[in-house]
This record gives sequence, C-alpha cells and structure tokens, in this order.
Amino acid sequence: MFDQLDQIFVTLKHLLMGYVPERWQPLVSAVISIALIPVIFPGLFSIVTILERKGLGRIQNRPGPNRVGIPFTKIRLAGFGQFIPDGVKMLTKEDIVPRAADKVVHFLAPVVMLIPVLLAYSVLPFGKNMTIADFDAGVLFFFAVGGAVEVSVFMAGWSSRNKYSLLGAMRAIAQMVSYEIPLILSAVTVIMIAGSLNLSEIIAKQNHYTAGIAHWYVFTPWGFVGFILFLIASLAESNRTPFDLPEAESEIIAGYFTEYSGFKFALFFLAEYLGMFAICTLGMTLFLGGWTAPFACLTWIPSWAWFFGKLLAFVFLFIWIRGTLPRLRMDQLMNFAWKFMLPMALINIVAAGVWHFMGADSLRWVYSGGILAVAYALLGRGLMNKQKLGKRTYRYAE
Amino acid sequence: MLGEQIIKGMAVTAKNFFGSYVSKERLTTVEYPEVRLEPKENTRQFPFLVFDGDDAEKGLRCVACQICEKECPPQCIYIVKSKDKKPDYKGQMQVYPVTFDIDISVCMSCSICVEVCPFESIKMDTEFELSTDDRFDGLLWGKKKLAKPNSHYHKVHAQDAKDSDAVLAAEKAKAEAKAKAAAEAKVKAEAEAKVKAEAEAKAKAAVAAAPAPTPPPATPPAN
Amino acid sequence: MSLPFLITAIVTLFAAAAAMSLRNLVHCALSFVVVFAGLAAMYLQLGAQFVGFAQILVYVGAVAILIVFAILLTRSGETPNQAVIAPGWFYGIAISAVVFTMLGWSVLNSKTLPKEIAAAPETSVKNIGDVLMNKYVLPLELIGLLLTAAMIGAVIIALKEPSKTDNAGRKS
Repeated sequence: MFDQLDQIFVTLKHLLMGYVPERWQPLVSAVISIALIPVIFPGLFSIVTILERKGLGRIQNRPGPNRVGIPFTKIRLAGFGQFIPDGVKMLTKEDIVPRAADKVVHFLAPVVMLIPVLLAYSVLPFGKNMTIADFDAGVLFFFAVGGAVEVSVFMAGWSSRNKYSLLGAMRAIAQMVSYEIPLILSAVTVIMIAGSLNLSEIIAKQNHYTAGIAHWYVFTPWGFVGFILFLIASLAESNRTPFDLPEAESEIIAGYFTEYSGFKFALFFLAEYLGMFAICTLGMTLFLGGWTAPFACLTWIPSWAWFFGKLLAFVFLFIWIRGTLPRLRMDQLMNFAWKFMLPMALINIVAAGVWHFMGADSLRWVYSGGILAVAYALLGRGLMNKQKLGKRTYRYAE
Repeated sequence: MLGEQIIKGMAVTAKNFFGSYVSKERLTTVEYPEVRLEPKENTRQFPFLVFDGDDAEKGLRCVACQICEKECPPQCIYIVKSKDKKPDYKGQMQVYPVTFDIDISVCMSCSICVEVCPFESIKMDTEFELSTDDRFDGLLWGKKKLAKPNSHYHKVHAQDAKDSDAVLAAEKAKAEAKAKAAAEAKVKAEAEAKVKAEAEAKAKAAVAAAPAPTPPPATPPAN
Repeated sequence: MSLPFLITAIVTLFAAAAAMSLRNLVHCALSFVVVFAGLAAMYLQLGAQFVGFAQILVYVGAVAILIVFAILLTRSGETPNQAVIAPGWFYGIAISAVVFTMLGWSVLNSKTLPKEIAAAPETSVKNIGDVLMNKYVLPLELIGLLLTAAMIGAVIIALKEPSKTDNAGRKS
C-alpha cells in the first residue's frame, strides 16, 4: 500500500497519458512534468518566506507576522497568509527603470536569472522514478546552469548605470566564482565514490541499509566534511547570510538589484530562493541520499515526503544560520574560500580516495577521519592566526 | 577550534527559538493594541488641569497666576484671568482662569509647568492615542478638555496624587491653624477687651456709686 | 538540416555578427555569451552531453565573466566615437568570400580527407574519463601545468609588493 502511495504521482501521470493520443504523448508528458515545477516550487517559496520571517522573529524574541491569514476575513492562521499581500504588493508596485539604464539588458537580467534556475530543477529527483530529465551527466548540468546565474548578476548590476549596483555585482560575482570551486570539489568526492554523474544512480548507491542505518555518504568522514563544505558553499552561492554582503540592506542597499522594483524585483527574489532550494536539493541528493529514508524501519514513508521533509529541514537550517551569524566582510569571505575551503576540499578528495582504496576495512574510517581532522586543525589554526578572538577591548574608552 | 563559537551561537538561537513558544521571557513582544503594557508611575504625555470635587468650574485649583505660561519653553499655554473671584479649597477668594489653552502640537512634554506650579493644579496626563484629523482646532485644547477630576489624577499617578494631596492638606491645615490661631487670638483679645471693659465699667460704676467723696478739708487750719 | 539545428545556427550566427558590430562593448560581450550558448546547444544536438555542459560551465560561467571583467577594468566600456563598420566593408566581404570559397573547395577535394566516416565512439562520461586517464594523460597533465603556471602568474601580478624605502627615506 505504501509503495502505491510512493508512486502515486507516477501512476497519475500514466493515467493521464492514457487519455492522450499516441502522437501527442511525448509532448504532453513533458509539458505536464515541466508545468509542475513552476507551480510547486514558487508555492514552496511563498511558504518559505513566511517560515523565514516567523523563524527569524522567534529567534529574535518576537512573533513575526501573525495577522494575515485569509485576506478580507478575520481568520488569522498564525500569519501564514502573508505571502498573498506580499505577492500583490510586488505585482502592483510601479516598475521604475532609471533613465540612463540600458533598457534591453535591464529587462533581460531577471529573466536570465530565472531561466537557468528553473532549468536546474529538471535533473533533480523528487522521489522514486520522479526525475524529469535523467541525464547521464546530471550533476554537471546542474553546475553548468548554476554558472549561468553569474552572467545575469553582472547584467543586472551593469545595466542599472549605478556605481553601487556595479560594485555590488562585481562583489557578488567574485563571491560566486570563489565559492563555486569548493562546491564542485566537494561534489567531486561523491562522484568519485559513486562512479557516476547520474543523480538517480548516486541515490541508488546510497539506498542500502546496514544495521538499520542507510549508507548515506554523510555518515562517512569524507562525506561529512564534504557535506559541511557543500553547505557553506551553497550558502555563499545563494547569497545568504553570512555571505549576503552583495545584497545586504545596511551595506549596499540591495547591491545589484537596487534599481529594480515591482515584478522584476519579485523575479530576482524568486530566482534567489529557487536557487537556494535547488542547491539544497542537490546537497541532499549527493550526501543525504535524496529521497531515501535514514533508517530501514522508516522506508514506508513515501519518497516524495522524505524529499520535501529533508528540503524543509535544510531550509530551517539555513534560516537558523541566518538568525545566528553576522555578515562576513568581503575580504574575510574571500580568505575563507581560498585559504580554508579550497585546501580542505582538496584534502577531502584525498581522504575519499584513501577510504575507497582501502576496501572494506574498518581501519579506513580511522585513516580517512584522521587525515581530515589534522587538516581541519591546521587550516583552522592558520585561519585564526592573526586575530585575537575574544572580548573586545577599547584602547581609549576605558 | 574553528567553528566552535558558531556552534555555541547556534545553540543559543535554538534555545531562543524553542523557548519562545513556552516561556514568556523569550517572547518579550507585547501585541499592541490587543495587549497593552501597564504605564509606569512617571509616564507623561500632555498636561491636564486638576479640579477637586465634581464641578470643574467650582473646584478648579488653578488660580491663573500665569507662572506656567511664563515658564513654558515653547510657550504653548495661553491664560486669560477672570475679573471676579471665587473661593478656593482653603476658602480664600482667588482669581480663576477664564481661558486656559494648551496647543499640544507645540507642547514638548517637558513638565516644567508642573514643576513650577505652586498650587498643584497642572499635572501630566498619560494618554497618547490622540490622533485627530483636525490639525488646528483638534490640537488646541481649552479648559473644558484639560480639566480632569482629582480621581483621574489618582488613577494615572497614584503616588504623585497622594503626595499632592498631602501637600494641599498640609497647606490647608496650616491655613486653618493660622486661622484658628487668629480666631483664638481674636477671641482672647475680645475676652480681654471685654474683661477690661468690664473692669473699667466696674471701676466707673464704683466711682459713680460710691458716696460723694468727702470733700477735702477746705478750711485752712489757721487763719 | 533539422529544425532545431537551423534555429540554433541562425541564432548563433546573428549573435556572432552582433558581437562584432555592436557599438557598446558590453553588449558585444553579452552577445558573445549567446554565441557560447548556441555552440553548447549544437554540441548537445550532436549527442555530446559532457562537452555541451562543460561548454556552458566553462564558457558561459567563467570565460564570459572574464571578458566582461576585462572590459570593465580597462575602461573601454564607453561607446566609441567613430563608426564600428570600416569604410571599405564591401571589398572586405568580397575578398573574404573568395578566400573562403577557395579554401573550402580545396579542403573538400583533398586526397587526405578520409572518405568514409568512422563510427562515432561511445561518448559517455565514463569513456571520456577512461580515455583521459589512459590515452591522453600526457596532454591532460600538460594542460594542468599550463593552468598552474597561469595561476601563479596571476597571483604574482596581484601580490602586494613589500614596501621599500627609496634613497630619501620615503616609503613606496
């Protein structure tokens, strides 16, 4: 019974395909699969904006939005209807284009940002047999379209003819490019061990259980370190705190999308959050086994439920980190990427190699973990070298 | 160890997050306007005039001395004295204000008028939800709007009202004592005068009622 | 000539022409990005998944950014004053058409061109990896060495020089 529940969407689609004539079947099948993405994920985006505001509020000792439930009624729903007025506000605001702006590029930038992000969803497995395009080189496709986002950031910053937008765009691109390397290198360890770039196959490799616990890659030393690196790099790729210097309100007044208002701003916002979901999903697929259950006794829960549950857990983690950490300065950010994360990612590859080539020996955990622990301690000490971290003392104020 | 403080920080925020659902001190926000905080003792917003008893005209403590008008820094008080007098709480006849206007769009709530008033008649009110759509007359308050009973003063500033009452009672007692002393002195003086008058009268009467005094011997003894 | 190929080819050619003839340099760079994307689409149509995705990853994601940074940092983003198209454009096109025809005819009629085309090899990622590590490992390592040299050069250029004092005791 639970298997049927698991495959309910696949069977629904096959049912629908039965009503469609033979010639049109591929096209309609593709259209149905694709049409679900712009429906589900922006819906998830709206819920996540409210969850974020309420979560941040509770972390900061305040309730967050709690008035708007169903508009035009008094039903409050603890504020979860806030996205409706927010959406209406974004849509009805005046679309101001600066007089000196480059009109065509200014118009295209949000579009160019949204399209690669939506494309990236086509290789992600949402459940068992629920991938839209199961490419052989799926991971590579994902990173390729992730790189296309940088072009749109530049277009947005440059076309506004605003020094600060351009500065913000340059910083954003520098940050994205620097953190793309640890991102890809930490994914490379998984690809190495799994032996394939195909996401469904990577999940299949993680889908066995030993003593009730799944063979997720995060439970191995190199996988754990790789997961942490991937997490930090994905925070940086989606411009979230503590890496949100390019779009921080108190620093550069929204950076590269300063000059955007109304629907274009909504598109940027949407693209950013969708990018965050996509990268969370990739991290989940590579390290946390995608739609598989962590314990063998829980496999009866449908795969898509696990998928969304894990995605929401990731999102909660991101919101938690946002509420905790202060913003990193640009040079601190770049230092961290090049002097800590890149060496750590390279050493992680070595550790993964050691783990793989030692075979099914239980000593490999010790060696692999040992290499990583030593590297972490040394690199960490190197990073904290010139700073005296502690309570701040003021020379003249005492 | 790199990252140790981050984990500690995240533990603190997690405690905040989960604690905000269970304990009051982790969710310090008060959801105004459904829930309002109790105002403190020294809350102040705009001034009001205190009157004793029930009648705003008869019990008004203000005697139009115009000290507050002179001391007000933005000069938002406008007073017009009356030509006749009325008795105040001590029974003395005092002048009263015919017009007492405060422009609350100018008032800066410094409470200097309260500090300098010798008659405990102008005090600070605590009401702040005063939005009006009338920019001119709605923000110029006259005597009718400003006069509020002493019971209101007790309600908004309990301790201050008690002290104020004590001061007035002391004044009144002093005045009464003075009056009593004056009255007593008067009575005493009257009594003394009366005694003296009686004594005089008595002496006079005694003088009159006494037999004719023997004429002094008029004969010279030896011619 | 299938329809996807036609569309991709037309878009790529137009973008290439635009990249040459637009006045604003940044617009040219952005048209270049379209050219790269068009090329990637062609690779994908030929069934070379890895090369197509790598084209997007490397060219659109990195090389385009490099070009754009170079334009912005060297202050040539301002529009030029004179026309972009040279005065003798007609003769230029005529001569290049003649040269192209000659070269094309000679290449197509050459005797060293094999007449039958060998079957396309299996181009899954696994095979590419195998071949790179076994048959073409030397070029791979040489390219790695070249990239390392380039990176070291970039770091040296960007390195802050240690301050030296000149004869008068002033620090530079």
